[in-house]
Amino acid sequence: MKAAVLVFPGSNCDRGLAMAFKNAGFKVEMVWHKDAELPAGVDIVGVPGGFSFGDYLRSGAIAARSPIVGALMAHVKKGGHAIGICNGFQVLLETGLLPGALMRNAGIRFICKSVELEVATTDSDFTRCYAHGSTATFPIAHRDGNYQATEEIRAALSSEDRIAFRYKTDINGSVDRIAGILSENRRVLGLMPHPERAADPVLGLTDGAVLFNACSAAAANA
Amino acid sequence: MKVRAVIKLKDGVLDPQGEAIRHALGTLGFDGIENVRQGKIIELDLAESDSQKAEAEVQQMCEALLANTVIESYEVELP
Repeated sequence: MKAAVLVFPGSNCDRGLAMAFKNAGFKVEMVWHKDAELPAGVDIVGVPGGFSFGDYLRSGAIAARSPIVGALMAHVKKGGHAIGICNGFQVLLETGLLPGALMRNAGIRFICKSVELEVATTDSDFTRCYAHGSTATFPIAHRDGNYQATEEIRAALSSEDRIAFRYKTDINGSVDRIAGILSENRRVLGLMPHPERAADPVLGLTDGAVLFNACSAAAANA
Repeated sequence: MKVRAVIKLKDGVLDPQGEAIRHALGTLGFDGIENVRQGKIIELDLAESDSQKAEAEVQQMCEALLANTVIESYEVELP
């Protein structure tokens, strides 16, 4: 089982994400943004948090046009798995792999704290190992986490059961308290909270390990 | 040729930064501001001298990168 973690100038959650993949049983390769190809045999691509390209223009906008993201798009098109966390979620939205946009938090401020999330669907290779409707606690650390989408997109996400995580209470103004969403084929997850920062007892939170273990179980069965 | 792309949040999209600016202006005594919308201006110095071609090119740039058309609208201003 192999995971690739993309690294952009300004990524700062890349090594934490790599550790979470490793602890779940993945062999991990770090891939620089200028590379145009992913390593052979990659099951899942992780797009990490941070401030890629200094958040210039829009969060995630420049990273979404980098060479390695072309390879990520091809990987997803072939049915490969991908997870984008925080800035990685912003990148996935900028590519159009996931619908909607992340805007400045409703309260303007950067928010950095652990929050309770509702696991809104267990029908995905990321969330299969959570009990339906259960609560997971992950840290958040973002200023542009206010998820917005048109009525049509919101209706589709809801009717297709593609909302993966919801904030238990309104944190940043996101519509329908959306914290994370799935692609149409359910193999791409984007979320603002950081499961990789909640994936080791040393960190005081372990709910995130469930997600990475579910990913490795899916890769093992593939 | 210098061309400007003016990028704003679409009407109806909540603008928390604009709201914070409106509030700050209020505390400075500027009353009667009903709404503030903020955005960005990108100035491009192009080798192209044909204004129609330049406009079309900058529109493509806006669609491809400069604006996120999910939430933003843009206008191209020629000199």
